[in-house]
Amino acid sequence: MWLISSRIIDRARFSPSVFKRFHQVSSPLGGAGATLTRGVSTCSNSTLQSDGGALGDFLGIVGLSLGVSLAATAVAAAISLPLGTALAIFSFRGRRLLVVLLNAFFGLPPVVVGLILYLALSRSGPLGLLELLFTPTAMVIAQAILATPIMTALVHRASERAWARYGDELICDGASRMQAIPPILRIIRAELLTAGLAGFGRTISEVGAVILVGGNIRGLTRTMTTAIALQTSQGELSLALALGAVLVGISISISATVFALAGSARIAGSDEA
Amino acid sequence: MIKTRSLWALVAVFAMHCGTVAAQSIVLASTTSVEASGLLTKILPPFTAKTGIAVHVVAQGTGKALDTARRGDADVLLVHDPEAEQQFIDEGHGGTRRQIAWNDFIIVGPSADPAHVRGGNDSVAALKAIASVQAPFVSRGDNSGTNAAELRLWKIAGQAPGTPIREKWYREIGGGMGQALNAASAMDAYTLTDRGTWLSFQNKGSLVIAVEGDPRLINRYDVIELNPQKHADAKLGPAKVFADWLVSPEGQQAIGAYRVNGERLFNPSADKPR
Repeated sequence: MWLISSRIIDRARFSPSVFKRFHQVSSPLGGAGATLTRGVSTCSNSTLQSDGGALGDFLGIVGLSLGVSLAATAVAAAISLPLGTALAIFSFRGRRLLVVLLNAFFGLPPVVVGLILYLALSRSGPLGLLELLFTPTAMVIAQAILATPIMTALVHRASERAWARYGDELICDGASRMQAIPPILRIIRAELLTAGLAGFGRTISEVGAVILVGGNIRGLTRTMTTAIALQTSQGELSLALALGAVLVGISISISATVFALAGSARIAGSDEA
Repeated sequence: MIKTRSLWALVAVFAMHCGTVAAQSIVLASTTSVEASGLLTKILPPFTAKTGIAVHVVAQGTGKALDTARRGDADVLLVHDPEAEQQFIDEGHGGTRRQIAWNDFIIVGPSADPAHVRGGNDSVAALKAIASVQAPFVSRGDNSGTNAAELRLWKIAGQAPGTPIREKWYREIGGGMGQALNAASAMDAYTLTDRGTWLSFQNKGSLVIAVEGDPRLINRYDVIELNPQKHADAKLGPAKVFADWLVSPEGQQAIGAYRVNGERLFNPSADKPR
């Protein structure tokens, strides 16, 4: 993490102008940003932070984007890893239909997910009592819904191949099908990485759902993508573009970091499966 | 494993972040014109510092903001469409309504001015001229306060009331004020905008003010509290503190002090509503 955040700080040093107007779009409430900033003691430009401002706000937005997307990816992973493998191992009526549906939901329009969740979480909706509308939690739920199908489908596809090759062996060793899920997941761990990155990519780049259920509230639910939308609506096109570049940079950094970590953990390639 | 651990660490940091939100908070449903003008960014921090109430602004068109409140998802409103507001109150959703400020709408258009309306102050005549030469006109088309004001002017100008004019030159974009200005700038089109958004807008291109100063172009901003009978779940207490602050001398002073490039965007009017 520190690697990523210090890269952002570096960027900030190179182009402070990007942050100048940031006090307009974000707020000193950005707790995650403050936490990140505190962690990175190399950040010497204390004036930018103490006046409430621009850099701290920017980090708040970046922190929220990363936090929401990673949390959503984690939730989606908790569902899709066992589900995707189970779909490959167990055979039951309607399995094919379920797989077809999962693949169809790749194209689930975020704005539709956002709208349905909005109505459900509204105070006058069925889940209104939870008071979740316009909170980061609502954004995590929306993005987890979006990431789960694609991650499940990728896990399923990899598990199918691994099951075809190692399934008999595992069963012969006396494992039940339920007990076979963890070893299968271990065999396909390289593909899990791809699934995780696909889920993360789906969530971090998303704007339609989070702007509906989050409300793009400054300092609370404003993410990179909703901030870009807002900047564009204020005619600040160059600032919006700069934010977009940072978002792409972060995505690249995350992907590179994950692959580097995976390499150091000596996760084998897909040749095993 | 390292990956998993750092991931959970980040999730934990994020969870802590969620817990640091101010003790008291209200949701203010407001309009894109207020958001884009930058007013709230300026006046909310002193209010929060004084009262400990965080104001979460959800910026939507006035029509959508009223709908959000109807569903019970907002605690207080800051909007600018007198007719839609009256309907909201008549339906029993709204309680106290107070005007906090006014500014005006203007018609902006390309400097080439194909409809020859520049420099005038009669908005209705200008719309007629735009229609007669079929110069491109961008409409918000989003049921916002500005959209409602625009449709009222077209009605006075004798165009099909309510129903958008289905002509090629009349372009409904279904978006916020900034989006409409971006579109007008890109298409060399005329559009109706509030002065606040216009002054703080950064992508004007060849757009210039074409018509201003028409009394029909006044733009009133009201703060509306909710009716406790219909919205008992809303945070009515802190919402009232906020509404009271907006009309208080302190709040009015803060609104009047907000300037962009030396120009005042909102004229405080709680004492003398226009």
